[in-house]
Amino acid sequence: MARPSRRLVRNYSHDLRLIGTRRGQLFLVALLALYLWLPFQLDDFWASVLTLAGITAIGALGLNLLTGYTGQPSLGTAAFIGLGAFTASYCGRPEDYGGLGWSFPAYLAVAIVLGAGVGYLVGVPALRLRGNYLIIATLGLVFVAIYIWRSWEEVTGGNAGVPMPIDVEIFGLNFTNLEVFGETFGRNQGYFYLVWAVVALVALLCKNLVRSRPGRAFQAVRDRDVAAEVVGVSLFRTKVGAFVLSSAIATVGGVFYGIWIQYLVPDDSSLGLNLSISYLAIIIVGGVGTIYGPVIGALLIGAMPAIIDEFAGQLPFVSESATDPGISKPALQTLLYAILIIVFLVAEPNGLAGVWRRVRDYFATWPLAKRGS
Amino acid sequence: MTKFFQLVASGAALGAVYALVGLGFVVIYRATGVINLAQAGMVALGAFLVYNATATWDLPFWLAVLVSMGLGALLGIVLERLVLRRMVGRPVYAVILVTVGILLLIEPIVTTIWKNPASNIESPWGLEKVTIGDVNILQVDIATILLAAAVLGVFFAFFRYTKYGVAMRATAVDQEAALAQGINVRRIVALSWAIAGVVAVLAGTMLGAGAGPGTGLGIGITVISLKALPAVVLGGLDSPLGAVVGGAIIGILEVLTAGYQSDVLPFLPGGFAAVMPWVVMLIVLVVRPYGLFGTRDVRRV
Repeated sequence: MARPSRRLVRNYSHDLRLIGTRRGQLFLVALLALYLWLPFQLDDFWASVLTLAGITAIGALGLNLLTGYTGQPSLGTAAFIGLGAFTASYCGRPEDYGGLGWSFPAYLAVAIVLGAGVGYLVGVPALRLRGNYLIIATLGLVFVAIYIWRSWEEVTGGNAGVPMPIDVEIFGLNFTNLEVFGETFGRNQGYFYLVWAVVALVALLCKNLVRSRPGRAFQAVRDRDVAAEVVGVSLFRTKVGAFVLSSAIATVGGVFYGIWIQYLVPDDSSLGLNLSISYLAIIIVGGVGTIYGPVIGALLIGAMPAIIDEFAGQLPFVSESATDPGISKPALQTLLYAILIIVFLVAEPNGLAGVWRRVRDYFATWPLAKRGS
Repeated sequence: MTKFFQLVASGAALGAVYALVGLGFVVIYRATGVINLAQAGMVALGAFLVYNATATWDLPFWLAVLVSMGLGALLGIVLERLVLRRMVGRPVYAVILVTVGILLLIEPIVTTIWKNPASNIESPWGLEKVTIGDVNILQVDIATILLAAAVLGVFFAFFRYTKYGVAMRATAVDQEAALAQGINVRRIVALSWAIAGVVAVLAGTMLGAGAGPGTGLGIGITVISLKALPAVVLGGLDSPLGAVVGGAIIGILEVLTAGYQSDVLPFLPGGFAAVMPWVVMLIVLVVRPYGLFGTRDVRRV
């Protein structure tokens, strides 16, 4: 008797499984091993780059809940990154630097509450209507946020910037100065462990959400909002819920970003519109509406700023300063993000996740796959 | 009182700029139902096209503006043809994200080609002033206000009396019904993009020549242009008249805030005026979400 395909879904509980297949379980075990092994191998630069990729993956997972699953594009990510970073700084930096000197779990919790609160305040007016007012409102939020960061010198240091908390200690482990079983890790390597553990937690949260009631409501609103309302989904509550959640997650990303960058000066180049758009680029390239898409996107292009900063100087057409002939590094980075957004949206709207699905299905159904379907 | 009238005049000029940019947003929104964020980038690009035509090609100002308007229209059509047309039938959020991508694309192109321009666009008005009573008004500000009024007039005549204008209004109401009446909807959408490109060049010219309290020619034009969005939300996203009225209100409010902040809102830190349009917009969304002249989108479930 023929064996049914591994991915054939035979009943509802089957469809809701956390990890679909045996192969998926093996893959996760391999990822876990890689996670434990990598910091031993990475030098400071690459550990830092991969940590930044993990941090952007956190924010991208949050944005994907809103944009990928609920169909509401937002440009506000940069504002929430800033909120997280400056909350961490003010609550967590030592009292000598004008902070409160709280512990890591305390300021992380405060940041989450603040992120959700700001998300609620902006989401309620912006999401009352059909139509995409949220993207305009969040666009405004980015500018208002920068104004606040620049003006509120007590918390953010104004144009001079502020240092971030140094020690990141939770469960008795200090991840920026990690010592386990007599093994000592560098700052970047230890922080890598913490950040990617959080990525896994957030991904698990998102996965559980989208395979349960609220997540199905998100997707119903995205796919056909009138029909969703007919079956009893409140459009307003669902959209606001998605935005609040995505804001809180982005703020968590901001806390980790602040600790990564160590010293943050609020201005248009660090926390401006382009940062928000780069998060959109990540989920578009990775694949909207999947859990692994944003993580893939973040791994491939989330750390692009750091990589361009390190290596782009070797390219002949890249100039060191903005006034020399040739393209400057920030401009090159912006250009690449822009091209990726446009090309993927036009040619491959499901992103790399979509490419992967096609390849997988081609081989799974071989030799029956139809070309170009 | 002199200060007040001075500020109102300067604010009206800024409002006229917002109105010109806003008309571009409205044209695309009416034709396609999409908020075209790339409009702000097209304004910046338009400003640099005019700068290029006057400074590099040595064309006289008026000819430079005309040539750039042609290029702007061409740019709009090319964008529509190459990118937006391929997005037909996709969810609205994906189309908006494409316009965000185009907005992002324009910035590095402009800054790489033109770097930091040495001067503003050389316009016939320069920094000449007109004095009415005690109030000094920049000539370029007056020209901007007149231009915005003229463009609005052309819009009205176009939408009311020409075949294409009427076809555009029909398309805005219902694309399928318009198709059934034999209207070439594709051509209408392309035409909307061409118009948006032309209006963007006009707005960019005035900003690049130093209208309003802006900083003149630079990539910062994008940020100023984005503030036309609060203006069109206030006026109603699908109303050309709303874009002009909303632009005037927001422009004047912004400049008045800048002028009187230390007296009226002393507790707020400096620079509040620049973000005030966005704050006003959030309030508008709470109080009157369809704006002053917008169409209520009624849908029963």
